[in-house]
Amino acid sequence: MSFDEFFVTGDPLILGSQIAIGLTMVGVIVLVTYLKKWKWLWNEWFTTVDHKKIGIMYILAGVLMFFRGGVDGLLMKAQTSRPGLDILDAQHYDEVFTTHGVIMILFMAMPMLIGIMNVVIPLQIGARDVAFPKLNAFSFWVFFAGAMLFNISFVIGGSPDAGWTSYFPLAGKEFTPGVGNNYYAIALQIAGIGTLATGVNFIVTIIKMRAPGMSWMKLPIFVWTTFITSIIIVAAFPILTIALLLMTLDRLFGAHFFTVAAGGDPMLWLNLFWLWGHPEVYIVVLPAFGMFSEVIATFARKNLYGYKSMVYAVAGIAFLSMLVWVHHFYTMGNSAAVNSIFSLTTMMIAIPTGVKIFNWLFTMRKGRIEFSNAMLWSLAFIPCFTIGGVTGVMLAMAAADYQYHNTMFLVAHFHYVLIPGVVFAVFAGLYYWWPKMFGFKLNEKIGKWHFWLFVIGFNLTFMPMFFVGLDGMSRRMYTYAESTGWGPWLGFSAVGSVIMAAGFAALCYNIYWSFRYASRDVGNDPWNGRTLEWSTASPAPHYNFAVVPKVEKLDDFWYKKKKGDTGLKKKDLKPVHMPSNSWTPIFLAAAFGIVGFFLVFEWFTLAIISGILIVIGLIANSFDYDDGYHVSVEELEEEEREWRGDLQ
Amino acid sequence: MTSQSTPLEYQSQQTRMNILGFWTFLGAEIVLFSTLFASYFILEHNTAGGPTGQDVFVLKDVLIETFLLLTSSFTSGLAIHALRNNDLKGVLIWKIITLVLGASFLAYEINEFFHYVHEGVTMQTSGFASALFTLLGTHGAHVTFGIIWIALLLVQVARRGITVQTSSKLFIASLYWHFLDVVWIFIFTFVYLKGMVM
Amino acid sequence: MSAKSHGFPWNLLVGFILSIALTLLAVFVAFQTDFSGHVILWIIGIMAIFQAIIQLFMFMHVTEGKEGIINVVNMVNAIILALIIVFGTIWVLTSGHASHMH
Repeated sequence: MSFDEFFVTGDPLILGSQIAIGLTMVGVIVLVTYLKKWKWLWNEWFTTVDHKKIGIMYILAGVLMFFRGGVDGLLMKAQTSRPGLDILDAQHYDEVFTTHGVIMILFMAMPMLIGIMNVVIPLQIGARDVAFPKLNAFSFWVFFAGAMLFNISFVIGGSPDAGWTSYFPLAGKEFTPGVGNNYYAIALQIAGIGTLATGVNFIVTIIKMRAPGMSWMKLPIFVWTTFITSIIIVAAFPILTIALLLMTLDRLFGAHFFTVAAGGDPMLWLNLFWLWGHPEVYIVVLPAFGMFSEVIATFARKNLYGYKSMVYAVAGIAFLSMLVWVHHFYTMGNSAAVNSIFSLTTMMIAIPTGVKIFNWLFTMRKGRIEFSNAMLWSLAFIPCFTIGGVTGVMLAMAAADYQYHNTMFLVAHFHYVLIPGVVFAVFAGLYYWWPKMFGFKLNEKIGKWHFWLFVIGFNLTFMPMFFVGLDGMSRRMYTYAESTGWGPWLGFSAVGSVIMAAGFAALCYNIYWSFRYASRDVGNDPWNGRTLEWSTASPAPHYNFAVVPKVEKLDDFWYKKKKGDTGLKKKDLKPVHMPSNSWTPIFLAAAFGIVGFFLVFEWFTLAIISGILIVIGLIANSFDYDDGYHVSVEELEEEEREWRGDLQ
Repeated sequence: MTSQSTPLEYQSQQTRMNILGFWTFLGAEIVLFSTLFASYFILEHNTAGGPTGQDVFVLKDVLIETFLLLTSSFTSGLAIHALRNNDLKGVLIWKIITLVLGASFLAYEINEFFHYVHEGVTMQTSGFASALFTLLGTHGAHVTFGIIWIALLLVQVARRGITVQTSSKLFIASLYWHFLDVVWIFIFTFVYLKGMVM
Repeated sequence: MSAKSHGFPWNLLVGFILSIALTLLAVFVAFQTDFSGHVILWIIGIMAIFQAIIQLFMFMHVTEGKEGIINVVNMVNAIILALIIVFGTIWVLTSGHASHMH
């Protein structure tokens, strides 16, 4: 393999990125070495099993990936802003929309949500950590290895370019011979292992580690949505595992699962991809619903309206999510019976979703609403998401779908679902739980800039896409003729995307500003919250709760505050058992990354040799009988006194 | 439940969670294998002019593999029975027999693969062949992993004796082993018997 | 539970004999009877499910422990998913125009 097959050359944009990446890496290494922080990084972050730190690392990775995916989006918007532009050529445009889709769904939305879940869930159920802390660290690092492997594709070897759905036969070796799609198959596989492990972890955590008295109908709603999301993860991710395995076998070993020749069936890929892909949409959107519910109840100062119906609605959505996958390929030419049934199941999803919308509205009715930033995002979510939902019902009708299928109308629809449904939720969640993670609030004033720029930019970007889509513009077109008349619409859209980017920049500035200047005196309960995470210090101590809380009601902390019963009795303090740090998760993830890299380039000997690293990691892990350590009563007392004052 | 009547592996919160987590993972494994089965059913008649299942399956070999695996599942159960009687020697003996049976199964399966390749069925032959090798291969890879896993656990049990930790690890590995037997039953029925009859 | 695990492991032995018998019976039904292919498939399919249930209950003790009921729900859920995936895939990919591929 020659040099220019290995490194991507010849494109000034990519050359610029290569230099930037190289300089950044050198800069980071020099900086960390200069500050003598390697040991600190290793002890406090790389080997940590603390769910809060793992959550923060997930969120950090998510923000980075948001930047990367966002740049891809801006490039697309620039290219289509005027007819006949030549900023990106067709090939480069294909690569950009592929990586945009994969990164935004799998490497931005997922880690952001899993990150917030990690930070919040154990705190909300009154637990000291998740059920399997070491596995949790492994989940993060293996996700990170997958994400990094996917991201280096654009400078080493070439990016995947067959769309985030990578439909066969296009994605097969015959039509896409380079290594780009190998990256897709293998990086997603590696990241998927981590997601599956997270699903198992949270299921067990929520079943087994709830505080005494916290029965199922006293669970905070975000815990419920996380629980059901985890069930969908365990149900759906193995399907992706197999689909990617078969893709890998097709591409690397000449198998015939999805090829046109020798009895393969390209439609089998679509079928498997969407068997996973549709539940995946609910995997990212259900935790988001949970976050909105928490935020709305807190800032409306009311109980969540129809708590039980909310729980049943989430369970209903989860069940239906496994029964709608064909609506992504109505046009393959199924029998009328298939299309009709899947139309019905798809439209049925609107019912539980509608229930939730009304629950949120009724929660706010007659509430004393406080327009904090977290609440603003939740308020903006409802109308924007409803537009996404209603256009979804339009797409659900199989006959009509023949008109909309794979047009910009579809693109507008799913951005109207996923951006309000996931990104707004992540923003709301970040503003809301930021003090619990870091001990200071994000600035509300800069936050308003972030909010208005982003929401206005979002609507400007995606609303025009509905119209060009109805006018016949298909998705993934890298250019168009002036005579189509789409120029003005897409010009607007491009301007909108710049405004959205400015909103994101405002968020980054807000994080920077607040980190430097925000008041550190936020107390344990800055929002007058309802759930258990607000009963402990901000930032939460590493042991979470000095004494495991006893729960009597839904929103127990709210009622305890009213009774003035939130103090800590000195005699209740007992030593707290905590898990020890471990080097195996990051080691194993690095090993997976290395093996994956060699597989991408089909260097099988090297892959097998480095596979030994995985075996070593697993064996070391199995023989590790470390039983953790205890936090002494004295240490607990000292830490608790620091924010509580005197103990009772 | 008193601690006398509760098996050792259920006696700490962490090991109870480990067992529950592993059952959850087995749920994921069921989905994983059913996806492989679904792909196999879609492709099983797409032989592209190459050999069909009827042409290459040999009942005798398949039956031997089946009995080896069924018996290993039984001996693995006996090992867990010994575990609950706190009989370290019994655990080691029955588990080693299980491993020998599992390894024999693997040897037969590898032999079977050579036979298929000899008959002109390879990964690259047809959709059917790809699906067959992948379904059998995924199961075989699981068995291989299981053998190594249980062997390593036996080292730990021999060193540390029967404790809450080691017994829960062994119990979990046995769940895995039985599960592989269940998968094999379906392979036997819906790949081999179906392929030979229909 | 204690009574079951300390005496002779009857349940294991019965399970083992049953699974051997069911395997042989399946072979017999497949090769020695005159049923049509579809009928054979139904019969041996049901016997496979019986064998799986034997493994689950007699070998894997699925109902054991405090989480027994959760394990059963989990298994039922996984089996429903398996049925959706297998029958859904077959239905979607072999009806309508898709069936013309074969």
